[in-house]
Amino acid sequence: MKSLTNSRRHFRRRKLTNAVMLVLCALATLAAILPLVWILAYVAQEGGRFLSVEFFTQLPTPVGVPGGGVLNAIVGSAMVVAIAIVIAVPISIVAAIYAAEHPNTPLGIALRFGTDVLSGIPSIVMGIFAYTIIVLPQKHFSALSGGIALAIIMTPIVLRSTEEMLKLVPRSLREGSLALGASEWKTMWQVLLPAALNGIVTGMMLGIARVAGEAAPMIFTAFGNPFLSADLDQPIATLPHTIYVYAISPYKDWHAKAWTTALVLIVLVLGLNIIARAFTAWQLKKMGWR
Amino acid sequence: MMTPSLEKNRVPKIKSFQRALGDNAHVNETPMATIKMQIKRLNFYYGAHRALEAINLDVYANCITALIGPSGCGKSTLLRALNRMNDLVPQSRAEGEILLDGENTLAPNVDVVEIRRRVGMVFQRPNPFPKSIYDNVAYGPRLLGVNKRSDLDAIVEKSLRASALWDEVKGKLHESGLALSGGQQQRLCIARTIAVEPEVILMDEPASALDPISTYKIEELMQQLREQFTIVIVTHNMQQAARASDYTAFMSWQMSGALLDATRAHAGRIIEFGATKNIFTNPQEKETEDYITGRFG
Ligand SMILES: Nc1ncnc2c1ncn2[C@@H]1O[C@H](COP(=O)(O)OP(=O)(O)O)[C@@H](O)[C@H]1O
Ligand SMILES: [Mg+2]
Repeated sequence: MKSLTNSRRHFRRRKLTNAVMLVLCALATLAAILPLVWILAYVAQEGGRFLSVEFFTQLPTPVGVPGGGVLNAIVGSAMVVAIAIVIAVPISIVAAIYAAEHPNTPLGIALRFGTDVLSGIPSIVMGIFAYTIIVLPQKHFSALSGGIALAIIMTPIVLRSTEEMLKLVPRSLREGSLALGASEWKTMWQVLLPAALNGIVTGMMLGIARVAGEAAPMIFTAFGNPFLSADLDQPIATLPHTIYVYAISPYKDWHAKAWTTALVLIVLVLGLNIIARAFTAWQLKKMGWR
Repeated sequence: MMTPSLEKNRVPKIKSFQRALGDNAHVNETPMATIKMQIKRLNFYYGAHRALEAINLDVYANCITALIGPSGCGKSTLLRALNRMNDLVPQSRAEGEILLDGENTLAPNVDVVEIRRRVGMVFQRPNPFPKSIYDNVAYGPRLLGVNKRSDLDAIVEKSLRASALWDEVKGKLHESGLALSGGQQQRLCIARTIAVEPEVILMDEPASALDPISTYKIEELMQQLREQFTIVIVTHNMQQAARASDYTAFMSWQMSGALLDATRAHAGRIIEFGATKNIFTNPQEKETEDYITGRFG
């Protein structure tokens, strides 16, 4: 009898602790997502006022002239990000394969250490770097230099997520493939990389989201261009750089356009993310992974 | 020394093996076949640890050879030495010879990929690729350069029929292999292995993760497969070894070595090898008898 009441008291205390912890967790969660909701709501409210179809399809207008859009910056951002993907993704995946396969070799360790250091370097430094090695010798700003700066920022992100995902692929899959007489690289290409696809695409998305919003390196590389351009060798407008230019201007209507541009940037990155997630979900379902 | 109670215990045990053997009497009356693989004086090391010592074993063509013995005695190591799967373990090392049709697979210049094509393997846990059923089976043939759709279709159907899976999956060949049940996944792995037409199939406790009905299906399948392939199977289940195999090798640790040399403390050895019928009804070594009657391991 005594032990029973005893345990009941413990039980009440356990329930109380539980409730307190639950409230704390809920508060922490709220604190974490509140800024996100706040920012999104604010950008939507401020930027939504000038949002129109023309904003996507027209070029910028001079100060005071109503209408106009950021078509040049949308195209430009797509271009520099595409350049970054084309450069960064193959390099990252090949390096990630090496790092995952040979984690304890000197090169593997150096690779891991190097990417950690690289991902800690401020993006503006990448901009200055690309400026020094590409823009200065060429004597003009260019889309290509912007893409290269973004590729350097993107590489460690894609590399690390690919490496981590490859390490998570069960060893039994590799053995199953090798036991059928597959070579190491066939096994990697046909079994391990597809099995890690989800993580690789997630890493790419993180990388794209990160670099698509970089304004600082663009100041030194792509620079900006009020006209529509698709020339790798010419300066080009980008969304984050456009936001920056509009935002620091003294004009009220440009401030409004900065908000709308920000909204466009967020929506585009988010949209890309959703498409990629849908794609991997479909792939994973096909593979039966989930 | 045998206590009377154990002596009593032993009789029904052996009887039950006789029953198991009787069910498959045809299985165990294979005349001496040709030797498919021959293991000679094999020592195997993981770093400094000797996992196998002085292994000599003949694997007969179109027979099922079972490896039994206590856990950790090196059955998997021996099996994985046969297709050089242990090459994947860093610092591992083999001494001696393993002959496949008279050719030494441990020779320095042999092509490991070629060995693994001729000596296939089915693992303890089913490990289908995260691909469709069709692509799982077609994986090996594609590696060999078969790309014509009609050829692949034929191979896939033939392999799935041979692994007794065709009727269950013919309507959903393009669904994922991972959507199948455990027993079906294991038969898919067998189909995947026989699709490249190996000569020898190694199976490492292929049914230990499966339910009794799936286990029964796998055992039944092995009897059909031995017509075409040579099979070496590791099993924990002695009834299974008695039922399904033609030859049995009983392995155990090298116990006495422990006193002499620490690195040999747990080196696995073959204690006894012979026709399954003889091993289970008339073991020559006391250690074998103790093991199959459940006194040890
Ligand atoms: N990859 C490995 N690295 C080091 N030691 C291993 C490895 N695999 C097995 N061993 C050791 O080799 C011995 C035999 O193992 P194993 O062949 O798996 O035995 P069994 O299959 O009979 O249970 C054990 O002592 C085990 O610890
Ligand atoms: Mg084992």
